[in-house]
Amino acid sequence: MTQENACGKDETSLHHTRRNFLKQSSALTALALAPPSLINAAGNNLDEKAAEYFEKQSLKIEVNGIRHQLSVEPRVTLLDLLREQLHLTGSKKGCDYGQCGACTVHVNGKRVLSCLSLAIMQDSKKVTTIEGLANGDTLHPMQEAFIKHDGFQCGYCTPGQIMSAIACVREGQANTEDDIRQYMSGNICRCGAYPNIVDAIMEVKQKGGTI
Amino acid sequence: MINFDYIRPSTQKAAIAALNKDATSQFIAGGTNLVDLMKRGVAVPQKLIDINNLPLKNIEQGKGFIHIGALALNSDVAEHELITKKLPLLSQALKAGASPQLRNMATVGGNMMQRTRCPYFYDTTMPCNKRQPGTGCGALKGYNRMHAIFGASEKCIAVHPSDMCVALTALDATVVISSNKGDRRIHFGDFHRLPGTTPEKDNNLQRGEMITAIEVPDNDAFSKNALYVKIRDRASYAFALVSVAAALDIKGNTIQNVRLAMGGVAHKPWRLTSAENFLKGKIASVENFKQTAAIAMKDAKGNGYNNFKLKLAPNTIVQTLKTVSGLS
Repeated sequence: MTQENACGKDETSLHHTRRNFLKQSSALTALALAPPSLINAAGNNLDEKAAEYFEKQSLKIEVNGIRHQLSVEPRVTLLDLLREQLHLTGSKKGCDYGQCGACTVHVNGKRVLSCLSLAIMQDSKKVTTIEGLANGDTLHPMQEAFIKHDGFQCGYCTPGQIMSAIACVREGQANTEDDIRQYMSGNICRCGAYPNIVDAIMEVKQKGGTI
Repeated sequence: MINFDYIRPSTQKAAIAALNKDATSQFIAGGTNLVDLMKRGVAVPQKLIDINNLPLKNIEQGKGFIHIGALALNSDVAEHELITKKLPLLSQALKAGASPQLRNMATVGGNMMQRTRCPYFYDTTMPCNKRQPGTGCGALKGYNRMHAIFGASEKCIAVHPSDMCVALTALDATVVISSNKGDRRIHFGDFHRLPGTTPEKDNNLQRGEMITAIEVPDNDAFSKNALYVKIRDRASYAFALVSVAAALDIKGNTIQNVRLAMGGVAHKPWRLTSAENFLKGKIASVENFKQTAAIAMKDAKGNGYNNFKLKLAPNTIVQTLKTVSGLS
């Protein structure tokens, strides 16, 4: 467990460095392309004013048990809100058009696609993402099962697969392997880890209990 | 996505008033199709009116019909006890559509209002009379594998993508529509349109109107032998190449009454009325089913890449009828 933590820490710090580097370089590119009025606004710490040009609306939302009072443009999707504003980058932007399932999260207990959900429409709702599953260092049983059965290769679809898998069991749709394949069909895995994903879900289902 | 204004009215009256006030506004419910179209620049409403706070989610028994609120989720309708018991055809069709995540978002009214998935409609660099009237139909002489074999025009050969609507057409449902002038009801089969010279109009809903409910006749005779068969490129989560909704009222070996409709073949859910009339009173046999399919295919016309549907469609009709009547 200690070793895993150490690995996790190293990975996290690397991850942050890369993400911050990308963010900073994108910001510089954006600055180079921005109209002079915006650059002046940013230079004078008036970037908030520039943002206000697009009308924002207030949004109350609970994500992984934490309540947020935010301000968003109506066009911001739930996925972009999670990733860009709340820095919860576990939910992945695969296709961004509702075809791959990598962005699957739970809203008020139901699995939905966050890329096709407008954040403003989730007012007063409770969202659970992959980051909200583990209890400290104790992984969720479905996360454990995915590791045990090797339910992934590259891992990009995995957060969506796991969120969908938990919902699939809770909905009572994981009774047979065929049912699991049918009710997991909204989550695409291009590495082809499907047989192992089915095994992981079957195991969690057969163990029973509340997940 | 371009930015837009957003409001969330709490009454039906306020929602309809907001729609009438602003010609560039549009209702949003589940958003599974609209948000997709907005991201691609195909739909560009300047104001979205979120109707999710309206009390239109109920599914309940009426006198001789089942009432389904326009905001009932596809997943809730599919799993509801009244629907699985009395309208299994509708439940099967809903489960054949989209993915569990999308069915948890999509509403009944939104399912009816979804646009075609024709790639020429989705690609704003391509000609499309439905998206931009007068620009031509890219699919007519283009890659038209998914396209219509019934009721198409020179202007448009797109198909309606819904599975749910195919079942509702077969089940003779009624659409309840509200506006500031009151309520009106139209037969489900008259809701969607054929493309004709105005393919930009998918249906007969007028500006200022809102779908508030669907009423489906509660006909026990059709609940025992009902089957929705969907043929697609992969086992699940794909649009129909061809689908068949069939409900039979069989006594002994005789078909007393029958309902047949197809999906993936026309600009609207395609009811097979002459085929139904032929089969009524006949014995359930493969020969009769083949004749039924031949009658159903009478006016079918391919456009090249979709010619395979001219064989796939009748074969699917025969197979569906065989299965639903217990012959195979």
